[in-house]
Amino acid sequence: MTSVTVPKASTGPSPWEPRIVVFACNWCSYAGADTAGVSRIQHQPNFRMIRVMCSGRIQPGFVFRAFEKGADGVLVSGCHFGDCHYIFGNERAVEQFEKTMNVVKLLGIDDGRLRLEWISAAEGVRFAQVIDEFTEQVRALGPSPLVEPEKPMESPSSVDQDKEMLRCSSS
Amino acid sequence: MQQLVKDTNAWACYDCGKCTATCPISRSGAAYSPRRHVLASNLGHRQEIATDDSLFACLTCWLCDHRCPAEVNYTELVLRLRELARGQGGEPECPHGGALQSVMRMMASGGTQQDRLGWLDDGLKTDPKEGALFYWTGCTVYYDAFFPEFELNTLDGTRAAIRLFNALGVTPIVSPEERCCGHDLLWNGDRANFEALARHNIKLVLDSGATEIVTSCAECLRTWKVDYQPYMEGASFHVVHITEYLAEHLDELNFGAGEARRVTFQDPCRLGRHLGIFDPPRQVLETVPGIELAEMGRTGANAACCAGGTWSNCDKFAKKIQVDRLREVRSTGADVLVTACPKCQIHFQCAMKDPNIGEEISIEMRDVAEVVVAALDGEETKS
Repeated sequence: MTSVTVPKASTGPSPWEPRIVVFACNWCSYAGADTAGVSRIQHQPNFRMIRVMCSGRIQPGFVFRAFEKGADGVLVSGCHFGDCHYIFGNERAVEQFEKTMNVVKLLGIDDGRLRLEWISAAEGVRFAQVIDEFTEQVRALGPSPLVEPEKPMESPSSVDQDKEMLRCSSS
Repeated sequence: MQQLVKDTNAWACYDCGKCTATCPISRSGAAYSPRRHVLASNLGHRQEIATDDSLFACLTCWLCDHRCPAEVNYTELVLRLRELARGQGGEPECPHGGALQSVMRMMASGGTQQDRLGWLDDGLKTDPKEGALFYWTGCTVYYDAFFPEFELNTLDGTRAAIRLFNALGVTPIVSPEERCCGHDLLWNGDRANFEALARHNIKLVLDSGATEIVTSCAECLRTWKVDYQPYMEGASFHVVHITEYLAEHLDELNFGAGEARRVTFQDPCRLGRHLGIFDPPRQVLETVPGIELAEMGRTGANAACCAGGTWSNCDKFAKKIQVDRLREVRSTGADVLVTACPKCQIHFQCAMKDPNIGEEISIEMRDVAEVVVAALDGEETKS
């Protein structure tokens, strides 16, 4: 028999939890998350996922905006090399990611807050592992230095968040 | 709105349309009209302008201001209208996915220790904290990292400037705490974040004890000289561009024989029309041995802009302006295009990457400081 611990309702402010933005491509990583979901694999719940058609779409502006808006970590994910639905979209993703990483380091944001992972549609277990690992890594790094403690990030609904991420991204 | 019209002299407009006829964007075919914005402002059509996307198409190059017979300050009007528009949800189209705006806002919120001085090499003498002269490096380190596909070397201009200071016996302050001057945020209508950057930067220079600020970037220069004024709170600095600084100290530099090169000079809009600094860069170039200056047809106050100064617009019209300008550059027979602003380099470099006509318009680009350093005694062998 398994015992279930029910967390006690606390009256004080809730402890800090990392907020992670995950960009996932439609064909592999998003489906990988789906696989994790339908297989009922447990993983950390600290992320908000934004689906894009291809990881090659995830340009630096998306990641910077996530950090600007107070994300503690950003995970970029796409299909494995050779598996890209658009043949070479993930190669573009690598180019964009390197550029993003360079600027993130210049800004003084710890490079452990940004990660690139390839997750296929079948890799539900791997998806859960990556999320757990990354969440722990970001948790260890603490809250984003860019958020002022007195001004916590508001939590928009996921639809609003998608819109917000794409608002200023026409090119 | 009334105050705005008064401050920018918009009321003096007599509807002649010279601004629209002059505007590089309108001339390259865009449905864009400065006159319309002036008229709408005069009529008090606040809502109409605030929701007008074309407000962010303006290059803010000051050409219409320069030509306006009624002395309407359209560029200032656009600056203030953009602030209004932003208050009502208006936002530029943000080329590069808004990445550069986000980077600037992250710098405005602070909290991190930037790692921005990795490019300083052992040969350069600088001080991170104290001194009499503050060298404002600007965002060249970010640009070179953000545009790897352009193979940019805007940092070479920054390094060259420091070598020149050293050659003059000056150890400038180059601070790791420097943040973006906020120029582009201001011109995108975001005064709140601009103000945060302004206050940080002014305090930084005040604490360093420096009385003189030298910049390599024409935009930083304008920002320090003009746009920071409301936040100075009694502080005052002697702010000059590197070309002005060099023009004053030319006779103290030991030049070698120099390499014979024909160059042409692109007047940055901020340096030239905005601040009226036309002669110092030319004076510097003409003094450098071996350098022959070939002027373009549209030069000085009539110079064409690089069409992308504030990261708020980029489209086929901007591209046309750049290509036309580069054709003009090539027609002078110059070997090198010399600029005094990193933004000019970025935008022309982008145009040169055109797969179809890139060959026809490509040319080597250098900052003024690089040209001067290359001609210093004992430097020829290194370059």
